Amino acid sequence: MSVRMPAADAAVLAKRDRIVATLRAIVPGEGVIAGEREMRPFESDGLTAYRQLPMVVVLPETTQQVSEVLAYCHSEGIKVVPRGAGTSLSGGALPLEDGVLLGMAKFSRIREIDFENRIAVVEPGVTNLAVSTAVAHEGFYYAPDPSSQIACTIGGNVAENSGGVHCLKYGMTTNNLLGCEIVLMNGEVLRLGGKHLDAAGYDLLGLITGSEGLLGVVTEVTVRILKKPETARAVLVGFPSSEDAGACVSAIIAAGIIPGGMEMMDRPAIHAVEEFVHAGYPLDVEALLIVELDGPAAEVDHLIERVEAIARDCGSTTCRVSQSETERLLFWAGRKAAFPAVGRISPDYLCMDGTIPRAKLPEVLAAMKAMSEKFGLRVANVFHAGDGNLHPLILYDANVPGELERAENFGADILKLCVAVGGVLTGEHGVGVEKRDLMPEMFSEIDLAAQQRVKCAFDEKGLLNPGKVFPVLHRCAELGRMHISGGKLPFPDIPRF
Amino acid sequence: MTEVLKPRDAKEVEDAVRWALGNDKALELAGQGTKRGIGRPSQTDATLDLSDLTGVTLYEPAELVLSARAGTPLREIEKLLDDNNQQLAFEPMDYGPLFGLEAGQGTIGGAIASNLSGPRRIKQGAARDHFLGVSAVTGRGETIKSGGRVVKNVTGYDMCKVLAGSWGTLAAMTDITIKVLPKPETESTVVVFGLDDAQACAAMAAAMGSSCDVSGAAHLPDHVASYFDGLPKPEAATVLRLEGVAPSVKHRQEALLALLRPFGPAAMLEARDSTALWRGIREVRPFTTAAAQARPLWRISTAPGQGHAVAARITPAAQMFYDWAGGLIWAAMPFADEPDSGSIRGALADLGGHATLVRAPAAVRAVADVFEPETAGLRALNKRVKDGFDPKGVLNPGRMWAGV
Ligand SMILES: Cc1cc2nc3c(=O)[nH]c(=O)nc-3n(C[C@H](O)[C@H](O)[C@H](O)COP(=O)(O)OP(=O)(O)OC[C@H]3O[C@@H](n4cnc5c(N)ncnc54)[C@H](O)[C@@H]3O)c2cc1C
Ligand SMILES: Cc1cc2nc3c(=O)[nH]c(=O)nc-3n(C[C@H](O)[C@H](O)[C@H](O)COP(=O)(O)OP(=O)(O)OC[C@H]3O[C@@H](n4cnc5c(N)ncnc54)[C@H](O)[C@@H]3O)c2cc1C
Repeated sequence: MSVRMPAADAAVLAKRDRIVATLRAIVPGEGVIAGEREMRPFESDGLTAYRQLPMVVVLPETTQQVSEVLAYCHSEGIKVVPRGAGTSLSGGALPLEDGVLLGMAKFSRIREIDFENRIAVVEPGVTNLAVSTAVAHEGFYYAPDPSSQIACTIGGNVAENSGGVHCLKYGMTTNNLLGCEIVLMNGEVLRLGGKHLDAAGYDLLGLITGSEGLLGVVTEVTVRILKKPETARAVLVGFPSSEDAGACVSAIIAAGIIPGGMEMMDRPAIHAVEEFVHAGYPLDVEALLIVELDGPAAEVDHLIERVEAIARDCGSTTCRVSQSETERLLFWAGRKAAFPAVGRISPDYLCMDGTIPRAKLPEVLAAMKAMSEKFGLRVANVFHAGDGNLHPLILYDANVPGELERAENFGADILKLCVAVGGVLTGEHGVGVEKRDLMPEMFSEIDLAAQQRVKCAFDEKGLLNPGKVFPVLHRCAELGRMHISGGKLPFPDIPRF
Repeated sequence: MTEVLKPRDAKEVEDAVRWALGNDKALELAGQGTKRGIGRPSQTDATLDLSDLTGVTLYEPAELVLSARAGTPLREIEKLLDDNNQQLAFEPMDYGPLFGLEAGQGTIGGAIASNLSGPRRIKQGAARDHFLGVSAVTGRGETIKSGGRVVKNVTGYDMCKVLAGSWGTLAAMTDITIKVLPKPETESTVVVFGLDDAQACAAMAAAMGSSCDVSGAAHLPDHVASYFDGLPKPEAATVLRLEGVAPSVKHRQEALLALLRPFGPAAMLEARDSTALWRGIREVRPFTTAAAQARPLWRISTAPGQGHAVAARITPAAQMFYDWAGGLIWAAMPFADEPDSGSIRGALADLGGHATLVRAPAAVRAVADVFEPETAGLRALNKRVKDGFDPKGVLNPGRMWAGV
């Protein structure tokens, strides 16, 4: 593991038995797991290169229990790491040796479905897909659809502000969230938002979303649900170069069309996927676009024609429109299986997640090719093309000494490049431990201090999920101090009236 | 007479805040001052007028992104977008006319700082949902940046969200990047006449629960209907807007008419009338008249299905209409010096939601809770957030709540 985690607190480790006993009193039955073998499944999340057994695992079932666990840990100075389904790709749910791992999986009930107000109130351990399933009988669905939707939880989605292939048109988690119940590290229970729009006061709901479990533990979530579009059809378009495919994406948007989804794959990704899923992808192209249009049939047919024409103008060499729901799903099956497909052609892979201004795609892909040669590692690219979110998959073999490190350095170079061309380190997977030490690429000391002061407002002792997101943790007292130069300042030289 | 500081660039904004910090002064932040009447009147020593920070610095239509200095007039941005067949999808409302000011004076900074939105809020979100990146000077006199120019970004906390709707109490924004979207090719509106408030809420719920992709849903009771352009007759009107490409709008219009026929007699407004009508709704037209100026005005957000129940708890002498499928109520109270906070706050305590006293004489606003009072826990958390950005309270002190 190349990322340093906060040093374990020997005093906490020394009183482990007492801590376990106290937690058992709060969460009775099988809710506390302290045996090494039983804790194994919790030692890592989706970023499996990093592993650490927690001090103890707690699986609470009620907000009251969460509140009591946190209040106890707060008073004893014990660190806490929240966990949903553990599918994070950035190590957000990586345990700490001296920390309580707070698993939210037992919060698995759907509390309310309100079709009149088009919302669902669910517990955070409910999976993303289960929300859509629960409302499907009335023709509704929950729009954000991460590829991990069978497994990942709504609580994890809130913590990571997860997206999906449809977020170009329907937004990320943050745009589909109306309310939350959260528990602060000191045990305080707060409600943000509700069934109405735009809560009073500061947008704390907006802050919690994407906060990677560092600000509070989410114990209830209110999301908006949408009526399913009448129809959806997808077009599969192949191009002789990624430049052409990129130009096509821009031309579609410039024509005023916002597709439900617009995904791109490069040659290595296409080949890996086709071998795995047999989706009928063309193998003689450099880049493949999936463009999905949804809405009433009249709209979809109209827009498909326009997209086909634009694709032709942009030099597409193949173009297939889905003729049935089965065929549309087959087009997507390939894309959605891209990660496991790449997993088949390589013992291990790292999934990167930078976002770039779309026009920079050819430049970034060319540079990545050069890096691939330099590091001697293969890379396959899948790309949320509509919004510039790039997922380079770096292939490596953990059993070859030095390869993981080389893959990580390759990944870091890619992300630095994303920032250099005007993009960002992570589009949807979060900073976690993985990109923590790259934060200074994007933010100054002052920027990071301002963010940490937000953390201090929620968790003054810094006990909730420390070691994630911020490269250096400062004490809140130190961050709060103001350095104002002594004496009165002269009036600045600014126009005044 | 308070001093007005008018910085010419971001560096001078920093200088101004540092001066205030070093001399224990408090600043009022203003874009164009169109929303000055909203919020608690704050006690400040000088105005930090940001209206000289102007200009669009980046606009790439195919990337759906625009950056501008915070004092850039919204009107200028909307014109530029319109020339490129694009728009601000959150449809920011113009508060000027509600305060007897000229329309079209607001700035992009003011729009973001007050998290503006319009009728399309129910489909496309508010300013917050389109706010991608920012550079701002905090109450510590330090320049921070957050976000970027790309839509998908989860790097670090989403500071844009907390600045949106903070009414200039956390930081003075100097540069803003927003997501822009294509303008719909055409629009039309389906109108159902003669419904009472409860029936109207049910009709709007049916429309919103259909796959017609409604982009505006309002109910205009008969006592306000005559104020709106575009309606064929001054009768209670429940109106539903459809936008998109022509064949799609036509198809959905027929589906919606069929769906709503059981509720009452329905009609259709073509694009021109539809545009005029929704502009009036967005600008809260009935309450901008000279006669209405003296009436305290509430903006109430609640669950759409509860809209009529909340309204039923407000005095019948109030004038009201509904936007956001019933979830947004504009209520003009009958007496200048009596905002009737008690009944409104009481209804929301029971039914959920929040209310802002948007307009009232300064003397009333000085003593009333202009924004929804928070629970003790939330109030304390808001205060800690404020302290992180502005520990000495130099930016718009007391604008949102006493102490914040
Ligand atoms: C194959 C695969 C495909 C993926 N595809 C996508 C994709 O398309 N889009 C996308 O955005 N992501 C994707 N992901 C990443 C991941 O699924 C998401 O980040 C997801 O939201 C994590 O949810 P989880 O329940 O697994 O959370 P975990 O991994 O358990 O935790 C993630 C973070 O959230 C915190 N957390 C979890 N629950 C709570 C809670 N109740 N309260 C407070 N904090 C909490 C944790 O502390 C941690 O920091 C993918 C992952 C995999 C493995
Ligand atoms: C000498 C002088 C006198 C004036 N007198 C009046 C008057 O009597 N009445 C009047 O209505 N107007 C007056 N104005 C105009 C007024 O200052 C602004 O034009 C006005 O505040 C509105 O701008 P806005 O509509 O963009 O949003 P505002 O109403 O300015 O702002 C809305 C909210 O956003 C905040 N805000 C605005 N911009 C930013 C930013 N960049 N960063 C962070 N927060 C921000 C504000 O503090 C406020 O809380 C006067 C101006 C001058 C120069």
